[in-house]
Amino acid sequence: MDLTFSETETAFRDELRGWLAENPPPPEPSEGGEDASYAWRRDWQRTLYDAGWAAPGWPVEYGGRGASLTESAIYFEEIGRARVPLPANVLGLLLGGPTLMVWGTDEQKDRFLAPILSAEEIWCQGFSEPDAGSDLAALKTRAVKDGDGWVVTGQKVWTSGAQHSKWCMLVARTDGEAAKHKGLTYFLMDMEQEAVQVRPLRQITGEAEFNELFIEEARIPDEHVVGGVGNGWKVALTTLMNERAGLGFALQVRLRQLLDDLFAAAAQRGLLEDPLVADRLADLHIRTEAIRLLAWKGLTDTERYGQPGPEGSLVKWQWSDTNQKLTQLAADIVGPEALTAGTHWSYELLRARGNSIEGGTTEVLKNIVAERVLGLPRLKAVA
Amino acid sequence: MDFGLTDDQRDIQRTARELLGSRATPDRVRTHAESGQVDEVLWKELAELGWPGIAVAEEHGGQGLGAVELAILCEELGRTIAPVPFLPTVLAAALIEHAGSDEQRARWLPGLASGEHSGAAGDTPELVHGAAGADVIVLVSGGEARLVEGGEAEPVASIDSTRPAARVPEGAGEPLPGDVEAAVDRALVAVAAELVGVCDRALEMTVAYVKDRKQFGTPVGAYQAVSHRCAQMLLDTESARACVSFAAWAADADRERLGEAAAMAKAAASDAGRDVTAAAIQLHGGIGFTWEADVHWLYKRAQLDAVLLGGASAHRARLARIAGARAAAA
Repeated sequence: MDLTFSETETAFRDELRGWLAENPPPPEPSEGGEDASYAWRRDWQRTLYDAGWAAPGWPVEYGGRGASLTESAIYFEEIGRARVPLPANVLGLLLGGPTLMVWGTDEQKDRFLAPILSAEEIWCQGFSEPDAGSDLAALKTRAVKDGDGWVVTGQKVWTSGAQHSKWCMLVARTDGEAAKHKGLTYFLMDMEQEAVQVRPLRQITGEAEFNELFIEEARIPDEHVVGGVGNGWKVALTTLMNERAGLGFALQVRLRQLLDDLFAAAAQRGLLEDPLVADRLADLHIRTEAIRLLAWKGLTDTERYGQPGPEGSLVKWQWSDTNQKLTQLAADIVGPEALTAGTHWSYELLRARGNSIEGGTTEVLKNIVAERVLGLPRLKAVA
Repeated sequence: MDFGLTDDQRDIQRTARELLGSRATPDRVRTHAESGQVDEVLWKELAELGWPGIAVAEEHGGQGLGAVELAILCEELGRTIAPVPFLPTVLAAALIEHAGSDEQRARWLPGLASGEHSGAAGDTPELVHGAAGADVIVLVSGGEARLVEGGEAEPVASIDSTRPAARVPEGAGEPLPGDVEAAVDRALVAVAAELVGVCDRALEMTVAYVKDRKQFGTPVGAYQAVSHRCAQMLLDTESARACVSFAAWAADADRERLGEAAAMAKAAASDAGRDVTAAAIQLHGGIGFTWEADVHWLYKRAQLDAVLLGGASAHRARLARIAGARAAAA
């Protein structure tokens, strides 16, 4: 057991920390709304890209640094610690690129990877549908063969960044006769066509991070099939496995910072002397540190033994739970300000409700832990 | 960064798991618990293997290994609820070694390390876990500690009869002159590690039971009300285990963080111990409430360990002060 970084890892961290300190992004634009904020994040990715920091975990041949899992985790910890935004094309960098590296043809890698890295082409993820959320394989969007391509019709939902995206990682049904998981194919769909309509989905915070996609006979050429026709479920799993790997570290650091802010807010109001407040804060402190330890344990076990432990699902579940408890305690500590529209804490309070739903609901995560980690039997679905 | 054990540490863990699996069987634990007796045969065997002195410095007759190795043994013994005075003895040894005078160390450590003497430690004089039959007892109170000879203790029956308790007269004995707080932190890691072992076993027994037990034609473990509570038991156990790993590592390698790490570990493990063993009884249904099911020994041990050297609330209060001071300084 050694809970310190190696010399190489420390050097990596120090180099990045130094670079971030010297090259901070300009302040987020206060005017111009969501579009201006997005342009700001896209510019920030270009700055990272120019310095070779857009995706250090990518192999050198694709423009990354070939960073280890530990170094990639350090990268997200440092991004969080410096309180700078994630690169705009986060889904392309974390999900799309790595999926293509596993399943893509050489032509696809040549065509698609570089513009992901430079933020020239933004990616979004078209998996969930109105009737296929946790039960993803139930999706109904249909792709029909037509000449040297496919015609796609259907509806997707929870598509973040769709309005800015050039490419959509789309899973569609190409064989209606095959078993549920077998008739699926993974496509890269060009978002810049009339047949794809993006409608913002207003969420409980009032903003629209997510969208609905209405797809009416959109065209996708054969060369944009990833991993072969009928192999979509496997390819999608690669994408989903990447979903929690890196991002978790940025979220974990963000949680730590919010908790530090809350400690400071409590101290300012003299509330650390209140034993009830102190007890709840300390409980959050333990949970937050345990999440950090579990995240590192999961990652280093994967790195050293090739096998992740049970930590992955536990971390996401505990993170959402803790962030919700934290923002709820903030409402007690900062008082009316946390319930005043437009304030930092009111936003966090509302946004946190999404944490236990997005990227795997807590209920589904508990099922995964029960079935795959503890080996408990699965409840038969009601016919 | 590596949370894994070294080959030597893994050997210790495997040896302990195998040995205790055959020696501290549920039947044997129950027999000793029912008579309120220590398992002298097993204790002698563990002493011959040098377990009680694993973390005691070689100059005092121990093996001179670290807090990580000690935590491994505590966890394995916790898993089996072995009726031996291991944890009480290593707690007394840690406190004497790290807060005692040269004379106290010379007087007590060799015997505690060899298992010839047994010890105990606690912070509630009216009920000290494992103090019945102990040769030396360390009583901790408000940042100070006193060393009391075993003859002054008077046996009291606690709910955990796998580890006979005693009442110790208040104000008795002689003070430990050193840094009691740092010594207590080391002791906390050992208690927390035992609690993790208790949780791990409670979860293992529960998972086995709910896979086997059928109602309405299906194993009850298929019901999400049951399976999700098992998942919660795992989350609680793994969170506590991660905190204990960090604290044991800090005790050996990063003493500046030991105070915070030990408080985190004890708070997390105390809550996990209570919650996980309570869930184990519940998920065993009616059987779980019976004497024969053996789940209750885990619950009882967890109850005693959870409050030993400060409960979760006390350690959270300390953490709030540590983290609050850091926030104020930032």
